Amino acid sequence: MLLLMEKQGLGLGLEITELRLGLPCGEPVEKKEKKEKKRVFSEIQAGDDDDDENSSSEDRKVQTKNQVVGWPPLCSYRKKNTVSQTKKYVKVSMDGAPFLRKIDLAMHKGYSDLALSFENFFSCYGIREALKDADNAEHVPIYEDKDGDWMLVGDVPWEMFIESCKRLRIMKRSDAKGFDLQPKGSLKGFIEGVTK
Amino acid sequence: MNYFPDEVIEHIFDYVVSHRDRNALSLVCKSWYRIERFTRQRVFIGNCYSITPERLIQRFPGLKSLTLKGKPHFADFSLVPYDWGGFLCPWIEALAKSRVGLEELRLKRMVVSDESLELLSRSFTHFKSLVLVSCEGFTTDGLAAIAANCRFLRELDLQENEVEDHKGQWLSCFPDSCTSLVSLNFACLKGEVSLGALERLVARSPNLKSLKLNRSVPLDALQRIMMRAPQLADLGIGSFVHDPDSEAYIRLKNTILKCKSITSLSGFLEVAPHCLAAIYPICPNLTSLNLSYAAGIQGSELIKLIRHCGKLQRLWIMDCIGDKGLGVVAMTCKDLQELRVFPSAPYGNPAAVTEKGLVAISMGCPKLHSLLYFCHQMTNAALITVAKNCPNFIRFRLCILEALKPDPDTLEPLDEGFGAIVQSCRRLRRLSLSGQLTDQVFLYIGMYAEQLEMLSIAFAGESDKGMLYVLNGCKKLRKLEIRDCPFGNMALLTDVGKYETMRSLWMSSCEVTVGACKLLAKKMPRLNVEIFNENEQEDCSLEDGQRVEKMYLYRTLAGKRKDAPEYVWTL
Repeated sequence: MLLLMEKQGLGLGLEITELRLGLPCGEPVEKKEKKEKKRVFSEIQAGDDDDDENSSSEDRKVQTKNQVVGWPPLCSYRKKNTVSQTKKYVKVSMDGAPFLRKIDLAMHKGYSDLALSFENFFSCYGIREALKDADNAEHVPIYEDKDGDWMLVGDVPWEMFIESCKRLRIMKRSDAKGFDLQPKGSLKGFIEGVTK
Repeated sequence: MNYFPDEVIEHIFDYVVSHRDRNALSLVCKSWYRIERFTRQRVFIGNCYSITPERLIQRFPGLKSLTLKGKPHFADFSLVPYDWGGFLCPWIEALAKSRVGLEELRLKRMVVSDESLELLSRSFTHFKSLVLVSCEGFTTDGLAAIAANCRFLRELDLQENEVEDHKGQWLSCFPDSCTSLVSLNFACLKGEVSLGALERLVARSPNLKSLKLNRSVPLDALQRIMMRAPQLADLGIGSFVHDPDSEAYIRLKNTILKCKSITSLSGFLEVAPHCLAAIYPICPNLTSLNLSYAAGIQGSELIKLIRHCGKLQRLWIMDCIGDKGLGVVAMTCKDLQELRVFPSAPYGNPAAVTEKGLVAISMGCPKLHSLLYFCHQMTNAALITVAKNCPNFIRFRLCILEALKPDPDTLEPLDEGFGAIVQSCRRLRRLSLSGQLTDQVFLYIGMYAEQLEMLSIAFAGESDKGMLYVLNGCKKLRKLEIRDCPFGNMALLTDVGKYETMRSLWMSSCEVTVGACKLLAKKMPRLNVEIFNENEQEDCSLEDGQRVEKMYLYRTLAGKRKDAPEYVWTL
């Protein structure tokens, strides 16, 4: 009998997207006796207790967290429309960098948080220096919105930005000759966040 | 038996409205059966495969309102394979062919095609009300047909359906002559609607009482709509995102002050938390609040909002409200009757709700009768306290997110806790169990849950005895759904007659075998016993000893259905 076990995990659930039916420790199912239901249940209990003692997430890496089909019993419409909003990965490109990165906008609290992430990813490509002097900043952060238009980062409130942002690009200012790129409101704060 | 002429009896029957009472009337004698038949206007079919549409129409030619349910409940949790069934088409075709003057159609978990909607819209001149809940298979083209052709449409209510958006501006298809709308709910649609058309539609619908918008409707459009419909009682907000300093937001705040008739609020599908203060003025009037799709609202904002809602009777929220937040609900919402707490992350937010929140609610809200509660943990002591404080439960659905979890304080199963619930709540009709449970809980259920009609079980029990306690004890049981429990052939076959007194039985990942199902089907010809064989191999024959992964059986007068897909074997 395939016994389905769902384990509590801090932040593990969403990363593991493979749906499997099986015992949590990954042993082949054939080994378990069908008849000894009680014993197997208590084995799972034991496994569970061990987990409770080692509550740090590193220890849980040992046991793959198996997602169970149809558990928790939340209707699929609801699952799609509430739970999926906890992650929002978008691509970030920087002109001059050889490859792109991905960041989860949902994990950031605001524009200054985002600026810090950019610094982490692209500091070696000079973003810090590039944005140091706001007026003469060599790079400008822009994003593509739901309509496919490229917008300047920082004009709208953060929540609105997350909803509409599809991807980010850190553009060379020189590519935008003639446009008014005076940092306004949030964008100024964004740049200040980077250069602090 | 008949001292009165038929007309008098008919008149008396007009006052008998509930389906159960009507069914009872029809059993009294032949002439009452005949009179009841011709005067029946509303029919409820809990399983669309239990009877053929032709037979229904033949018995009730005066049918005006039909409710149909299709797929089994566990289809909601992806346990029923795609294409299983529940098609609306044959019903609409049969109704269209007959002379039934259909006015109202309510569907749940059915597969609805655009063609069916088109046929529906053209076949019944006085069609007034379409309610679709958890349905699929249609697009906005089907909705366009309804909008365009149903001249006297009063209600179009779409709840949690999967609808494909064809960007055809369906809402613009309501003709200028359509002024009869009372209820419009398109919150589940993903695409944009013409805002101009929407505003004009609202402006020419003086009877509009309920309006639920989707995410695409921005805050400024909401404000204009609310201006045109101050009589609204039930509002579902789409997008609630705006700069608090903007003109639009200030206008909205002023408009809201004028909407004193709103008693039910929902939506907030897109929300910027700092905008919520705008709705505080209407909170004291609210009897119903559904924030279960408002993922953007943090716990602290939820709590601030709730403090203004002293009259709430129904509350649907997400678990980010926390135990403390539920304490605030308990203090503020003394009239609370129904509470649903949904998980905000797939395996729960660790800072979310536990048994403490539920106990607080039970202490503060004695009128509570319906509960759906997703939580991290539950204790027997808490359930016993809840049972004592709230003896009026009709629906009690508890989902402890971690399957098989025992009482964390005592490490014991939750048998005693649920036992207390069924013993105390004599009017309990629906129960969903979770956590670690032995056969004992089923003994309690069989002994005490005399009014129980629907029971949902997962990862529970130890032996066939568990299931037998329930089948023997719960005389009013109508629906039993079981997954991942060690119940097998003996439990299934001990009382085969029981299943004709029930609507349906679902068993998946249990211990029943093909042979037992075949035997059951043979003994009970008026049951359809369906086995789902989702194995890819074409030539696999079902051997008697093989374990059945999924079985769904239901009583029926229609015989084996002809629309079952290949993987469904009706034995």
